[in-house]
Amino acid sequence: MKPKKIVVVGNGMVGYKFCEKLIAKDTGKSFELVVFGEEPRVAYDRVHLSEYFGQKTIEELTMAPLSWYAENNIRIHLSDPVMDIDRDTKTVRSHHGIVESYDYLVLATGSAPFVPPIPGVEKDGVFVYRTIEDLDMMKDHAKKSKRGAVIGGGLLGLEAAKALLDLGIRDTHVIEFAPKLMPRQIDDLGSRILEHKLNELGIQIHLQKNTQDIQGDERIESMLFADGSILEVDMLVISAGIKPRDEVAKMSGLAVGSRGGIVVNDKMETSDPSIFAIGECALVHHMIYGLVAPGYEMADVVVSNLLGGEKEFKPFDMSTKLKLIGVDVASYGDPFITSPNCKTIVYEDTQKGIYKRMNISLDGKELLGGILIGEAEQYNMLLQTVKNKTILPPNPEDLMLGSRGGSEEAGAGVMSLPDDALICSCEAVTKGNICHEVTANGISTLDGIKKCTKAGTGCGGCVPMVKDLINGTLKEQGVYVRNIVCEHFDYTRQELFDLVKINGHKTYNEVLDSLGKGDGCEVCKPAVASILASLWNEMILKKGQDTIQDSNDRYLANIQKGGTYSVVPRIPGGEITPEKLIAIGTVAQKYNLYTKITGGQRIDMFGAHVGDLPDIWEELIEAGFESGHAYGKSLRTVKSCVGSTWCRFGLHDSVSFAIEIEERYRGLRSPHKLKGGVSGCIRECAEAQSKDFGIIATEKGWNLYICGNGGSKPQHAILLASDISSEDCIRYLDRFLMFYIKTAEPLTRTATWLNKLDGGIAYLKSVIVSDSLSIGSLLEKEMQFMVDTYACEWKEVVNNPELRKRFTHFVNVPQQKDPTIQFEGMREQKRAMEWVK
Amino acid sequence: MGEVKRCLQSKNQAFNFYIDMSNRTTEKPITWHLACQVEDIPSDGGACALIEGEQIAIYNFSRRKEWYATQNLCPHRQQMALSRGMIGSAGEEPKVACPFHKKTFSLKSGECLSGDEFHIRTYPVKIEGDKVFVGM
Repeated sequence: MKPKKIVVVGNGMVGYKFCEKLIAKDTGKSFELVVFGEEPRVAYDRVHLSEYFGQKTIEELTMAPLSWYAENNIRIHLSDPVMDIDRDTKTVRSHHGIVESYDYLVLATGSAPFVPPIPGVEKDGVFVYRTIEDLDMMKDHAKKSKRGAVIGGGLLGLEAAKALLDLGIRDTHVIEFAPKLMPRQIDDLGSRILEHKLNELGIQIHLQKNTQDIQGDERIESMLFADGSILEVDMLVISAGIKPRDEVAKMSGLAVGSRGGIVVNDKMETSDPSIFAIGECALVHHMIYGLVAPGYEMADVVVSNLLGGEKEFKPFDMSTKLKLIGVDVASYGDPFITSPNCKTIVYEDTQKGIYKRMNISLDGKELLGGILIGEAEQYNMLLQTVKNKTILPPNPEDLMLGSRGGSEEAGAGVMSLPDDALICSCEAVTKGNICHEVTANGISTLDGIKKCTKAGTGCGGCVPMVKDLINGTLKEQGVYVRNIVCEHFDYTRQELFDLVKINGHKTYNEVLDSLGKGDGCEVCKPAVASILASLWNEMILKKGQDTIQDSNDRYLANIQKGGTYSVVPRIPGGEITPEKLIAIGTVAQKYNLYTKITGGQRIDMFGAHVGDLPDIWEELIEAGFESGHAYGKSLRTVKSCVGSTWCRFGLHDSVSFAIEIEERYRGLRSPHKLKGGVSGCIRECAEAQSKDFGIIATEKGWNLYICGNGGSKPQHAILLASDISSEDCIRYLDRFLMFYIKTAEPLTRTATWLNKLDGGIAYLKSVIVSDSLSIGSLLEKEMQFMVDTYACEWKEVVNNPELRKRFTHFVNVPQQKDPTIQFEGMREQKRAMEWVK
Repeated sequence: MGEVKRCLQSKNQAFNFYIDMSNRTTEKPITWHLACQVEDIPSDGGACALIEGEQIAIYNFSRRKEWYATQNLCPHRQQMALSRGMIGSAGEEPKVACPFHKKTFSLKSGECLSGDEFHIRTYPVKIEGDKVFVGM
């Protein structure tokens, strides 16, 4: 049967979503799609438009690339709005004169900003806030502007104010006609807290102000208000509401509302049954829905009905949660209902800027709605409580304030929701949908759930809840979660380590062929590479093994922004001669490298082209340096204080001991990086207790601490043994490090490893100090093998022409450097160009 | 539409290569460009070649006896890095992981497999003797 033709007028978020849903559900290919869009680009995420100034590129905001339309056989005409609908012949005519016939017509023309008839709105410097083009124009104008204003204190107006801040306009004003901000979402008290918060962020709020005139010659200079006051501004954004784009519909004789909007019924049908209207142009239940989630639902209604289903658009919940300029604002259910129709609980903290309100039914059993400002973590649970008419607990305020002092976890509540609770309202995904994917299809990651259900891909507000549901469901299944390496190996790292050792495998392909399946991936390749290196200590770039290394190991340097590398020679214990300092300076000067002292007492040289790395290292090795393994999951540095040789407090020579230890474990590949420190006295200048292993001098010997960590979750190292000799210290270190290497999961630091270890530090002490497993001498022997077989990787590369050849950007023009690499100047040195965010 | 899979006999070895028509808006005839020698591309890994002013990442997926080529630019942070990424498979789908943030892309379709709305261009590859050709 010949497919029926649907013409979609408008390629905004809702128009796109209609196409996406139709393609996904129309498996029998009974429809073909033609799309007309007014804007020059394909549909993008207008909800997150202000991020275009901050973190996101047009590509990231794009809903689907142009190629997606081609792949799905959708013909799309951009920059070409539909001008005319001929309902008799069932054809549309575009601005460029394209005439297209249709079986069904879907109007998704969206809305335009409502511009009040204020004299002077046409002046230079006055903008609306809707499209990327609007933003680009604002961007240009903002460069020469110091003070900006926004007309409109609603949701969009405050978004526009944020955009002005992002554009560097520090002096930003919001003008609102009503006596409060966000009149559709929050109450007077809430507005006052929000005002206060925004003031702190540099946004001045003017309420009950009626703009009468926009003054200036060609360009806006000031605004005159009805009360006679004047505000001088360089730019103005008008965000006073939206008006539905119903012109084409109106001209073709379709019914439209008296205040705009294409009239549709519950099935989104217009007065012509072969024409539908969805999104912000549609007038349904006598109202325009100015949010994206109901628009998506409308698209779904049309798709379902076209495919023979029966679906109606129900009055849509207008609950919203958003982050406005860093302030959480949410309203849910019915936020405005008041006494005597309900009981209200209000919490206000003017110091922290928090306001919360919940409206409860007169019998105290049901939550009807409420408002959250300044802190909205509980939004999802509160919304679910309203929607599912859950019976409230005896102290309902706990729901809004979080449990205080009790042991009950807030996240546990998610699992108690009914299966049909709507978790993601943008994509209409229920709790049941998500849990089903976890139990039936084994999806256990957020990315996985996003892919198969699309939950969390709209506004993103439900993401924390989706995560809780995944974990909660996994726990409920009672499955002992065995942390297998990845889809290619059904073993934990520890099991794999033992198997590789027993079987004597020396290459990745041998390991994969005998123990795994498939072709490997970026998770198991470096994990196996690390195991092979920890077992056999062979050169990691040996033929065939280079491509299983993570990028840094593959090029024996750290990849940095822009694709250049940084070079860190080993400076054991942080001790260096003047001659070697000069050598580093000479090399850095010659290859134009940025230099910086690292946190581990050595010198990092940044901005090296991949092709220069072997030459740089040839010179460094000539000057007596060796690899510092800053690129590897391996020993980095052993930091030291000055010690007893110079320091008047020092008890022992911490520098010599640090050098001895750093040279003992240099090049040792491990599940994650390793850092050490040696301090000459209890003042602890080497900060050894924040390292994977730390040694502190005592009157009688050394105290050995293990499993400390700096980084994002700082953790103090724990005392393993006190007042021990240097020999015992090294023996315990051998055992500790080897035991960690053999048993930790990939990319797990010693601190995390210990936290997860059954029996904790007491067990670890018994293994290392009391040798309760009788593996002490084996661990020492294995470590001694690593020490004896150490060789500097860079020395091997420098002396091996085959390996040197691999260090080039273009294989077909090896002498040419990557022309896209660019630097900028900064404080007499250079830095990498900022990358696209 | 979709992918056309062909086999090309070259000496005694068979190589699969892919022409992904879905990426092409116009169906221009393919021009084959000599990219490099087979030995220039490491086994089960990639390297970058400069072809007609464009940076093309070429991958020798020797475990599967397949060759692939994509743009070298990772669309996430606009870095010329894909050729230095690790390759592998997700299920049956051959993929490459960008070294910067481990975004993964299908080597067949160019689709981003880590859940982002990115897409990279893919190119057909053919091997003749010890030479690697990329079709553009």
